[in-house]
Amino acid sequence: MSWTPGLEGYVFILIAGFLATDIWRWLGVLAGNRLDESSETLNWVRAVATALVAAVVSKLIVFPTGELAASPLWVRLLAVTVGAVAFFLGRRIPAIGIGAAIATLAAALWWIGF
Amino acid sequence: MRNKKLDHRANSGFRADALERQGVSSAATDGAEGPGDRSTGYWIGRGMLGLFSLPGMILLVSFSGFAAFAAQSGIPMAQAVFMTAVIWALPAKVILVGSIVSGAPLIAAFLAVTLSSIRLMPMIAALVPEIRTRETPTWALLLVSHLIAITAWVMAMQRVQAVPRAHRFAYVTALGLTLTLSSMTLVALVYPFVATFPPLVAGCLFFMTPVYFLASIWSSARQRVILVALVVGLAIGPFAAIAFPDIDILISGIGGGTLAWAIERAWRKREERAA
Repeated sequence: MSWTPGLEGYVFILIAGFLATDIWRWLGVLAGNRLDESSETLNWVRAVATALVAAVVSKLIVFPTGELAASPLWVRLLAVTVGAVAFFLGRRIPAIGIGAAIATLAAALWWIGF
Repeated sequence: MRNKKLDHRANSGFRADALERQGVSSAATDGAEGPGDRSTGYWIGRGMLGLFSLPGMILLVSFSGFAAFAAQSGIPMAQAVFMTAVIWALPAKVILVGSIVSGAPLIAAFLAVTLSSIRLMPMIAALVPEIRTRETPTWALLLVSHLIAITAWVMAMQRVQAVPRAHRFAYVTALGLTLTLSSMTLVALVYPFVATFPPLVAGCLFFMTPVYFLASIWSSARQRVILVALVVGLAIGPFAAIAFPDIDILISGIGGGTLAWAIERAWRKREERAA
């Protein structure tokens, strides 16, 4: 399908976005606090949820949309690599990794005359 | 040593349970009212001020990044703001936009988004007992649950301990509403300018989203399976995008997640046998 800015688009967002997300919030309220943290099912759920987000992340890095689509892949991979190194050296503080990655990206893009 | 380290991990995934296991039940702070008792208005104000904190600022920057991402993905501004209001959780929105861009059918988009949102259930189940009193109606909790996504949840779990129980619901509502409304405003404010940004700035804003997720997932992971799934998902993502262009996110999630779960499980069994 091609994306629509009209009513259909909002219905799509309500079903695939609002409903898909809030179902779990409501179930969370109803479930209260009795969840077996060590259950294998919950472990699988965590793995699937994380792998989904990770797949989106790597897609954004390898196949970005918008302006970055015109940038060379090595620039983006370099930024992520420098960010990861800074993150692990910097006691795994998110701001350090994020800052290093964005600074590297900006410097590399500037250097290639982006 | 390990316990201490975990305590300091503000983003920890299941902090309430951890606290409970250590015997720090919420009941311990229930009576913490004493002479310095403040009004509900005071705690509402404190909740709102939660915006001005490091996690609050990172959240705003990553929502500027989302505005850039939505704009560059061809999502109209009103829909980007609408998504922020009705979904709120950033990973779910990024997956929804990603599904829309790859032309996924409604059912595939729904499944991908809903799979990424399952984690909200245990998060909220852990938060609810912290903020409710006997008088709190379930419908009010159902409403306030919408305001909870990763950043609001981390902040709420950390901060409600210092709030008298009677005011916790108001505190969390104020915090969550402030974060949501500020992010919606910011998306609307940043979006129109994305096209006028120099490519370098637009590119860096766009890049905030993947980098923010990588860093915050890694630093908040309490279970090894999350780290394995992060690595597997990162590795599989681009190949799935080439092989299954419409439903790649769903395939990477279920396939990569199951693979990661199996790897971690085998690893765990091996350790158990060795021990």
